[in-house]
Amino acid sequence: MHRFVNPIRFLKLVSAVQPWAMGISIVCLIAGLYFGLVVSPADYQQSETVRIMYVHVPAAWMAMFCYSALAAASAVGLIWRHLTAFVVARATAPIGGAFTFLALATGSLWGKPMWGTWWVWDARLTSVLILLFLYFGYMALEGAFDDRARGMRAAAILAIVGAVNVPIIKFSVDWWNTLHQPASVVKMDGPAIHASMLTPLLLMAVGYTAFYFWVMFVRVRAEFNDARIQALRLRQSEA
Amino acid sequence: MAQFTGSGLSSFRGGRMAFRGLDFGVGGGEMLHLVGPNGSGKSTLLRVMAGLLPLAGGQLQWDGTDLAEDRDGHRARLAYVGHADAVKGELSVTENLQFWCAMAAHGSPNGGADEAAGLQRFNLGKLADLPARFLSAGQRRRLNLARLAAIPATLWLLDEPAASLDSASVATLEAEIKRHLEAGGCVVMASHGRDPSDSMVLELSQYAGGGMDFEDAVP
Amino acid sequence: MSGLGAPGALGALIARDIRLALRQGADSMMVIVFFVLVVVLFPLGVGPEPAILGRIAAGVIWVAALLAAMLSMDRLYQTDHADGSLELLVLSPLPLELQFLAKAAAHWLTTGLPLIIAAPLLGVLLNMRAEGYPVLLAALALGTPSLSLIGGVGAALSLGARRSGVLLSLLVLPLFIPVLIFGVSAVDAGLTGLAAKAQLLILGALLLGAAALAPWAGAAALRQAAE
Repeated sequence: MHRFVNPIRFLKLVSAVQPWAMGISIVCLIAGLYFGLVVSPADYQQSETVRIMYVHVPAAWMAMFCYSALAAASAVGLIWRHLTAFVVARATAPIGGAFTFLALATGSLWGKPMWGTWWVWDARLTSVLILLFLYFGYMALEGAFDDRARGMRAAAILAIVGAVNVPIIKFSVDWWNTLHQPASVVKMDGPAIHASMLTPLLLMAVGYTAFYFWVMFVRVRAEFNDARIQALRLRQSEA
Repeated sequence: MAQFTGSGLSSFRGGRMAFRGLDFGVGGGEMLHLVGPNGSGKSTLLRVMAGLLPLAGGQLQWDGTDLAEDRDGHRARLAYVGHADAVKGELSVTENLQFWCAMAAHGSPNGGADEAAGLQRFNLGKLADLPARFLSAGQRRRLNLARLAAIPATLWLLDEPAASLDSASVATLEAEIKRHLEAGGCVVMASHGRDPSDSMVLELSQYAGGGMDFEDAVP
Repeated sequence: MSGLGAPGALGALIARDIRLALRQGADSMMVIVFFVLVVVLFPLGVGPEPAILGRIAAGVIWVAALLAAMLSMDRLYQTDHADGSLELLVLSPLPLELQFLAKAAAHWLTTGLPLIIAAPLLGVLLNMRAEGYPVLLAALALGTPSLSLIGGVGAALSLGARRSGVLLSLLVLPLFIPVLIFGVSAVDAGLTGLAAKAQLLILGALLLGAAALAPWAGAAALRQAAE
């Protein structure tokens, strides 16, 4: 029985962890926003607009994290033919897409006061835009088949193919002359910013991650309930 | 003697379990007849035997070797005839068959494919240069079946091969099958009716899987 | 008779696809006509000022070539899927990854190559300066095979899907953006008199990468479609 590996056990785990994810998410987001928007120092050049960073940067991190999770779940699903892995991937996609959009939108709002422009076609922004299209493509492909299992398997291949984009996004600010700021947190020598700014950033990152797990768990449970209903209906129609 | 066996087979198709716990065995010179009503999983089983569909459970073996370990060898030894005829209308009858002979790529002149023999044995010689779009349904089916005569293969997997054939062509098909069995090959064939001849019969409705029971998916 | 083995089988596959494309004639011609039509729309839309047209010529030709190639892409596997040939191809002893490469090669020969040949004519329509032509041809020669490869993956993935034509474009175009960026950059470099060597090398690297990776994704997608 390869296809449904431990769905009951997986669902039990999900149901147990979900309240924690919700709690951590709410606490960290509130704390992060408080520290970021109220307590942390204003930048001497950008004054208060720098505070967009606390929403924008973790969202960008999540955009890449979610896609990596999507690609990893897809790979697990394809190699071991686990339906559960595909369901996780399916649940992740819209969340990752939302984070990507949030990153692009807040980045644009930040770019106007900082660079004087809403958008610029540099390597980092272009590759994140491609990431958004990859999320759309995944969701479109996945929903385009009458046979849902086929849709999930085809989309899984697409997710893995698009994974080459994630390192490109990460390193684009190093490889090309871009308007976008180079890496200052996730670097080889360690973070280059002060603790008073790092703390809210990390709090927001943890909060976003917990939020992702919370919403993903909700979606996964809904997906399995849907499958249960389908199975019951099918059995009823044959009885 | 070559043995094609399966034990405890189960497979999904379209969100349902097509069959479960299915066992079969067919040796050289033997034919296995798959019977059952529509939707009982005959086509699914043939596709699983070909390797097109993955198994959800159980094992398929050829001469004791698990098929999962020798996919290439299995593809090289089988010929599959499905519902569709894989005939390209823009190519001539000969060109269609020549293509499949080239794809069979046997690599040795002696064991090589012979499309002329294939066409002749299924009475397509006169139509050889006709563009295939002018063929009737029965003629297309014969062109599809001509692959069996043209390309040497040990295992024949046939899914309702007599569909749209007239009685003379059905007789030709039966003669070809007999020839193949006498040469030591094996055949697994699906059809609707029960064949009163001496072939082994596998009744698929006894292995019906029914809908997917969510709760009993736990190992 | 066929004792030719794998190279013979590959050749037979390419030959069959080319033969089918030639006998259907209209398809390849439609792609070229669409290419010309899209390019012609730009002077009409943007205004006929030679300076402006010359400035955007490289980009317009690349985008038009991209869109034209997309048109022919969904046909790549659809007839095989519909008439039952795909499952026989999956079952043939020839590795499916090699078959994918063969089909991409046939697609390029019947679509990419005609686009490359038509490109200089369109450069004239858009008032592209003479220095740009050699680089344009070189860049297209390196970029259009990548398109056949990436497009082949998209075509295989969207087999049997609803609205597969539009879906295919949605999947393939984002993946093709790097090729587009470097392709246009190469021609712009050529037009300003700079060496386009770096961009052409990157295009070559992208092509090699696509040739190495696309067959695996494409073959996996084809096996799923044939189930």
